[in-house]
Amino acid sequence: MQDVHKAFGSRVILDGVTLSARDGETLAVIGYSGAGKSVLLKSIVRLLVPDRGVVHVDGQDVSQLERDELYDMRRRVGYVFQFAALFDSMNVFDNVAMGLRRIRMPEAELAERVIESLRLVEMNGFEDRLPAQLSGGQRKRVGLARAIATRPKYVLYDEPTTGLDPVTTAVIDGLILKMSRELGVTSVVVTHDMKSAYRVADRIAMLYQGGIRFIGTPEEIQRSEDPVVHGFIEGLPELAQEAAA
Amino acid sequence: MNAWTSPIAWVGRSALDTAAGFGRFGSFMTGAARATRDARTWGQLVVFHMAKLGVESLPIALFIAAFTGIVMALQASYTFTGAVPLYFVGVLVGKTIILELGPVLTGLALAGRVGANIAAEIGSMRVTEQIDALETLGYDPFAYLVVPRVIAGLLMFPICVAFANAIGVVGGWITAINLLEMSTPEFIRGLRLFFRPFDIQYSLIKAASFGLAVTSIGCFYGFNTTGGAAAVGRSTTQAVVVSSMLILVLDAFWAIVLL
Repeated sequence: MQDVHKAFGSRVILDGVTLSARDGETLAVIGYSGAGKSVLLKSIVRLLVPDRGVVHVDGQDVSQLERDELYDMRRRVGYVFQFAALFDSMNVFDNVAMGLRRIRMPEAELAERVIESLRLVEMNGFEDRLPAQLSGGQRKRVGLARAIATRPKYVLYDEPTTGLDPVTTAVIDGLILKMSRELGVTSVVVTHDMKSAYRVADRIAMLYQGGIRFIGTPEEIQRSEDPVVHGFIEGLPELAQEAAA
Repeated sequence: MNAWTSPIAWVGRSALDTAAGFGRFGSFMTGAARATRDARTWGQLVVFHMAKLGVESLPIALFIAAFTGIVMALQASYTFTGAVPLYFVGVLVGKTIILELGPVLTGLALAGRVGANIAAEIGSMRVTEQIDALETLGYDPFAYLVVPRVIAGLLMFPICVAFANAIGVVGGWITAINLLEMSTPEFIRGLRLFFRPFDIQYSLIKAASFGLAVTSIGCFYGFNTTGGAAAVGRSTTQAVVVSSMLILVLDAFWAIVLL
């Protein structure tokens, strides 16, 4: 994305963000709550339309896509929502099958793909459960299975570990790495959990006051002397406030 | 701003808000109309929603109609005593049920049941990002959520009203022969006296327009829900209030245009 701006009323969220993900990498986007991380992610698949700037996916300007081209592009991008966003009227199997039914996959192949996707996230055996019968971590895993069922080229993760206990967080992080390794997807992971970011990311970008404050490898960010970055990753609010002032 | 100008400003703001609301609804309906091209998505969902909106609403529609028929027969008899032949009970029951009370009372009941259900369901999907999820899976949410419900409403409201009309008249007839010392031929004589086949068409045209109004307003408020559980409640209430008002406006509109 290049020079992306987005405001809600008078509140500026993104103020000229330029950021790109390399093929096959996992890019973590960190930042304070309300910094615009989810807005950035939603702009990639045009769930939100930037006020200014361009977003390219596979060289296509997302804002210029016609309706059919847009849905075609979205099928190449899996999206894992913060609270999973499972369809609560459907069981786990049908949730995971939704994207596959859209591309008219034959039923036998579809069933096989759903089972395989659920196996990848270690949720096989839960096909008949409703989302209400799952724990938070299980829902996130089903959300991930749904996102990868169509074997997308890219996967976007919106706060995949928020609200989970440390063990489940580590499990989800492991799954993100597994998706990257086994399916070769390019991932963008929005998080404010530094442990997760270090575990899964090839590069980490920090979003701060509408722009990218820092981008580099996990090792580089840990060596950063920028007080805003340092204050955030070490959880030192006084340092960050001092730098902001 | 002083006490004299603030009411004017309020009127101005309200007018602008109303105009903006119409604009948003127009844009929403344009999106829905465009999504009708995606028949592959909505086609397979229409029957499900017809059952959900129509078949499941039938008991309440019939319950209201039956009691309306009973009351109409008793009130007609009370009004006509001595002055008008009793078989006019059949005229009044038939005409008022078919032309007015059948479609309007059924429409209002279904605005509460169907409109609230649609707004709450879609509103919950909006606030839990399920609509965004649909989009990311390659579905047009208009084609998946709005079009099948609106088509189901358009088709099922007239069917519910047709049954309600029939049950309303039967309720009036049973009351007439049991409580008003009328015979069946007398009641039928009154029923047929001013009956025109157009009455049925008129009733069903109104019902179809109510179906369109209730389902599209429910979808519109559900779709535009922002916030959390409280916002879903607000959308649901607004959907019921606005669609109930729209039913009454449409009722007057069809009376002016078709009668």
